[in-house]
Amino acid sequence: MNSSVQHTLSIRGLSKEYVPGKPVLRQIDLDVDTRGITAIIGPSGTGKSTLIRCINRLVEPTAGSILFEQQDLVRLDRGALRLARRHIGMVFQEYNLVERLSVMENLLTGRLGYLSAWKAWRRKYPQEDIDRAFELLEIVGLNGFENQRADSLSGGQRQRVGIARAVMQNPRLLLADEPTSSLDPKTSVEIMQLLVSIGEKYSIPVVINMHDVDLAKRFASRIVGMSGGAIVYDGGPAGLTDTVLQSIYGGEDWLQ
Amino acid sequence: MTVAWLALVAYMIFAGLRLDFTWDRFIIGLDNAERFLGRMFPPAILQPDSMAKGLLESLEIAILASFFGVLLSLPLGVLAARNLMPAWVSWPARTTIALCRSFHPVIVAILFVKAVGFGAIAGILTLIVASMGFIGKLFAEAIEEISLKQVEAVRASGAPFMSVLTYGVFPQVFSRFVGFATYQIDSNLRNSTMVGIVGAGGIGATLFAAFQRFDYNFVCAILIAIILMIMIGESLARWVRRILGVDVSKSDA
Amino acid sequence: MPNSRTSRSPAQWERYSSTERLLRFSLLLLLIIAVLYSAKSVEIIPEFLLDAPEQIRDLLVRMWPISYGFYPEGVHDPLMDTIHIATMGTILSILLAVPVGILSAQNLVRNSLLNGFARLILVSTRSVNSLIWALLFVAIFGPGALAGTLAIAFRSIGFVGKLIGEALEEVDPRSVEALQAAGASWMSVLLKAYWPQLEPTFWSVALFRWDINIRESSVLGLVGAGGIGMALDTALNLFQWTRVSLILLSIFVIVVIAEIIVTQIRKRII
Repeated sequence: MNSSVQHTLSIRGLSKEYVPGKPVLRQIDLDVDTRGITAIIGPSGTGKSTLIRCINRLVEPTAGSILFEQQDLVRLDRGALRLARRHIGMVFQEYNLVERLSVMENLLTGRLGYLSAWKAWRRKYPQEDIDRAFELLEIVGLNGFENQRADSLSGGQRQRVGIARAVMQNPRLLLADEPTSSLDPKTSVEIMQLLVSIGEKYSIPVVINMHDVDLAKRFASRIVGMSGGAIVYDGGPAGLTDTVLQSIYGGEDWLQ
Repeated sequence: MTVAWLALVAYMIFAGLRLDFTWDRFIIGLDNAERFLGRMFPPAILQPDSMAKGLLESLEIAILASFFGVLLSLPLGVLAARNLMPAWVSWPARTTIALCRSFHPVIVAILFVKAVGFGAIAGILTLIVASMGFIGKLFAEAIEEISLKQVEAVRASGAPFMSVLTYGVFPQVFSRFVGFATYQIDSNLRNSTMVGIVGAGGIGATLFAAFQRFDYNFVCAILIAIILMIMIGESLARWVRRILGVDVSKSDA
Repeated sequence: MPNSRTSRSPAQWERYSSTERLLRFSLLLLLIIAVLYSAKSVEIIPEFLLDAPEQIRDLLVRMWPISYGFYPEGVHDPLMDTIHIATMGTILSILLAVPVGILSAQNLVRNSLLNGFARLILVSTRSVNSLIWALLFVAIFGPGALAGTLAIAFRSIGFVGKLIGEALEEVDPRSVEALQAAGASWMSVLLKAYWPQLEPTFWSVALFRWDINIRESSVLGLVGAGGIGMALDTALNLFQWTRVSLILLSIFVIVVIAEIIVTQIRKRII
């Protein structure tokens, strides 16, 4: 950990206890930089999702600090947190789109942090937002879908909208909480490819929490393995040997 | 099941006795009814000015009460939603809603007449209270049933609270809200014709006066006018719902 | 961000088409006109409004303490009467509303004239407030609970009939066809195919209406149609405010109890 280099995201001593005395996250230290995808893997219940959600404080950390854009996110009050969240995009496992709104409106929700509530309600977005929305629609491969209702789309299409929405925020960091867990294998691969290309195109670090190890090995440039609430592996996909996987997941049976 | 039917019949006999339903009264009543109906037809508009004024006033009461009632129930419902608000906010809001619903509009009207005097204001205030109670309760319940995932995503993008409401919460409950609001507007129109009986303005006063003067043909005319007004109101409501693109559901009686 | 499509004019996006926007705007305009016009013509006497808080405070002071002692002699019997009025009225209305509801169901009765006639009955009975029905029946049958019960019954016909009619129209036609194909009589079809599907809605509607009718029955006495409303009317006329508050409290209590009963029965049956 080189403290003279600025990292995009610097987590120190992050801990979380939902029930006092039973920590789900133990003293996590993690630095994230611009290049590539960081995949967080580990068995269920080991705190992967909690870790991701602590970063933008959808879950409140019990202790520790999260340095992002020269601010400790943990210390921010509600107003400042809201402003900081604008720069962190999030992609959800169940897409979390507003079902009854159109694709375009869902995309534009990414800009809500930059627009007054009154203008937002009247849908008076600046032209650049609209332009960018159309651009992103093309990038994620959903040209022409702008006026369709979100609930009329397939799972894969919805996740693309979710990704586009997150990128609409012009984020400095992209988080994804199990983005492919609700998708079939083929679509999962497409979504991962999309995340990789977005990360490269806009030079944004992408942190993904996932349970599919093969997918992680294939697309991530850095893998963080968690077990029992602590990081037990942090390195490239090549270093993910069976021994390492065993220390993360335990037991040999599932490796067959 | 037969036991249940027997119990029902037994109850009806019991209650009938307690309420003094004797056959004689019924026969005399039918006789009266015949004469009564005879005096109601043909309907006659004995005082066109008073009637027109009364109908218009009822309409105005309904419009103003609905406008302010709907407007006020929006924030009230949001504040009462336990999944959006902390307990120290939702609890007073829910109590307010419960209070608004507790009493029949006629009773509320009597109290308001005492407070602000005779006239349409009392009627308007009465129906505002009724609207807040009805819409507020159902709206809060609707909000408590939404999927919070959609809200979470909007919040995570750094949107201000009002935008979280308009983008994450309202799209999920909008059509139900319109349903409640139009039901209540219809109900307000009906009640506005009646609060005049206790002095809170509208055609009710004209109607009551006609009753007391035994001008039953005028009563009949007024009743027909009321029914027509409400039927027109219902059609308008359906039309408005169609324009707003809301599912025109059938269940509103 | 390099714009790779400078040749294209800025893309437009509108939430509503122009026709939709025009309609919505005219709707809003109409609403504002209606509200402003109404506000202007309604007479507002500012002195009364400003006086209101004082009046309300005065009223509340006079209504306290509640004269509980009055309950046995002056409140209990009329209160029970109210409950009977509501119950009998609901039962009666169901008996009357079912045939009308059947007539209004387009899949059961295919005569559109009868359908229209039935619907007219349903709309009319709904539009006339139960208090007005009470006035009518008091004029015909004289003051007392008979007028009140009939008022409740007639008012509820519209409500019950409409919901039952709609429920009948939503019945799955397949079970009906099966019975008809087997040559069953119209009555048999009604009982064996329609009724089972209708039953849950039927009880739900009956309970719902009974609950509302408890509330409605409590005020009918104000125009002489029996029940606790008559005691309320007397107390109001004599300015016996502490008795008024007792009566209001008792009405509140039976309304709450009725709601609890309805919720409990709902859980068990529906």
